[in-house]
Amino acid sequence: MGRYVVRRLLQMIPVFIGATLLIFLMVNVMGDPIAGLCGERQCDPATAAQLKKEFGLDKPVWQQYLTYMGNVFTGDFGTAFNGQKVTELMSTAFPVTIRLTIVAILFEIVIGITLGVVTGLRRGHPVDTSVLLLTLVVISVPTFVTGLLLQLLLGVEWGWIKPSVSPDANFGELIVPGLVLASVSLAYVTRLTRTSIAENRRSDYVRTAVAKGLPRRRVVVRHLLRNSLIPVITFIGTDIGALMGGAIVTERIFNIHGVGYQLYQGILRQNTQTVVGFVTVLVLVFLVANLLVDLLYAVLDPRIRYA
Amino acid sequence: MPERYESEGAISGAGMGGAMDLAVTEAETLERTPEGPDGSGPAGKPRSLWSDAWRDLRRNPVFIVSALVICFLVVISLWPSLIASGNPLKCDLAKAQEGSQPGHPFGYDGQGCDVYTRTVYGARKSVTVGVCATLGVALLGSVLGGLAGFFGGFWDSLLSRVTDIFFAIPVVLGGLVLLSVVTSNTVWPVIGFMVLLGWPQISRIARGSVITAKQNDYVQAARALGASNSRILLRHIAPNAVAPVIVVATIALGTYIALEATLSYLGVGLKPPTVSWGIDISAASPYIRNAPHMLLWPAGALAITVLAFIMLGDAVRDALDPKLR
Repeated sequence: MGRYVVRRLLQMIPVFIGATLLIFLMVNVMGDPIAGLCGERQCDPATAAQLKKEFGLDKPVWQQYLTYMGNVFTGDFGTAFNGQKVTELMSTAFPVTIRLTIVAILFEIVIGITLGVVTGLRRGHPVDTSVLLLTLVVISVPTFVTGLLLQLLLGVEWGWIKPSVSPDANFGELIVPGLVLASVSLAYVTRLTRTSIAENRRSDYVRTAVAKGLPRRRVVVRHLLRNSLIPVITFIGTDIGALMGGAIVTERIFNIHGVGYQLYQGILRQNTQTVVGFVTVLVLVFLVANLLVDLLYAVLDPRIRYA
Repeated sequence: MPERYESEGAISGAGMGGAMDLAVTEAETLERTPEGPDGSGPAGKPRSLWSDAWRDLRRNPVFIVSALVICFLVVISLWPSLIASGNPLKCDLAKAQEGSQPGHPFGYDGQGCDVYTRTVYGARKSVTVGVCATLGVALLGSVLGGLAGFFGGFWDSLLSRVTDIFFAIPVVLGGLVLLSVVTSNTVWPVIGFMVLLGWPQISRIARGSVITAKQNDYVQAARALGASNSRILLRHIAPNAVAPVIVVATIALGTYIALEATLSYLGVGLKPPTVSWGIDISAASPYIRNAPHMLLWPAGALAITVLAFIMLGDAVRDALDPKLR
């Protein structure tokens, strides 16, 4: 187990370097990091040169990247152009987005898996067909449309929720945004669970469990579900990173000041430090989530052991 | 899914006596497959996977409906004037946000443009982006993934690591960063971005299915006969490994159309005066309370389009993979 974790951690290093380098190049080569400093106007060439020297932007890109990463590992994510420390921005933004992501993941687990089990056990039943159709509709309506419609209906027309979220963004306010954020993944989780359950339902160990006379509930939960969850857990694990990054749209609709909001502002204002810093953390979250998922396999399926 | 091909190969190979015969028959079978759909052939001839799939598809109402919707979309994106006589850029501010009227069933948008005309004309950009991005992604992904899976070794490991890297970057985020600096007003930057971030998905699928296909007996036989790598890849492996790529690409086409709208909503996708559903939805979103029709029509068109492609992909998968039933 220990050796497996170490090997996986070592494998994560090239992916981490590659992904951060890629985003670093995108931000630095595609955009002009100085342009954001001069506001809407064109920069004066002399000022631009001076600023470039000051920020070390006259050096080659690989050298900039090394300096940046060196700083990151000592906990220094740099300073945004408005003088705020990027770590400060993170400490206000990440808790909000983490709460939002937790709500979304809970929706995926509770509703997605329940619907998947119910439909997987009744293939061809009207319930199965209608849920399947519903998931297709949810997948095909883009998140921003779902979000705008729910905001209009629940927030404005019926007044069940506040149309936009307060700066505190506590769990209660994040229920509907979390549902919107989760919606597409929720549909995928339902479909995945359904396929997996339907496949395993005919397996030998389920027949054995039924033959032993175990109550149906126990057969479904302990035998069938546990073995069917591996692809679902894989999906949810990779989804954590995608949810935190994809919250840009949801956070924009409901005016939530989280990671997506900061990233959106950072990109629009060409605030390279903020963008690269936040993306670095997001990539780390993605990698760690994937590692945890792989370790969870062994818990779910005792046949899997890590030497 | 790949198991199906193994049995195909095994069956067509098993009956043959000499290795020479085997190679000839194999080549003939494969040559037939590209035009496959119609070639269900007279009774007695062994049916290929494709003609089997086509027989299933013809009887599947989901396939028929989604194929009809897609044909309709393609026709109106080529010739929008067939069903919309107006000009999508001709607007009358005095009529801004007005609702449905005779001759203008969908009402007017915030600039006083006819929503019906704009919705019809918007199909072109969405379909162009979806089709071009999918073609690019499928081509790049299957060539890279296929070669890596076929040759293995160093380049294969390198490709796997590179796809890992791309999977770690959230798509919408990558789109914002790359496209925010683009000032061009065409669809090409958006398509280029989708190809850049989309190919790893297909390359993984292609790699996996090429690895499965290359272990088949007929590949060994072809190699024993001295067939070159390129011949084995193109004539023996590619036709037997392409089905999963087609399925994933069809579903991806729908998601690319949705992604284009999302990027346009965030202000980095297509830009006005281009007529596109994403732009219209984005422009209508601040007024959703007073004039929801401005948002609902293009959003509905978008949803139906995406749904059609996803259902088509689903139906094709069911037909190509009998195991799932």
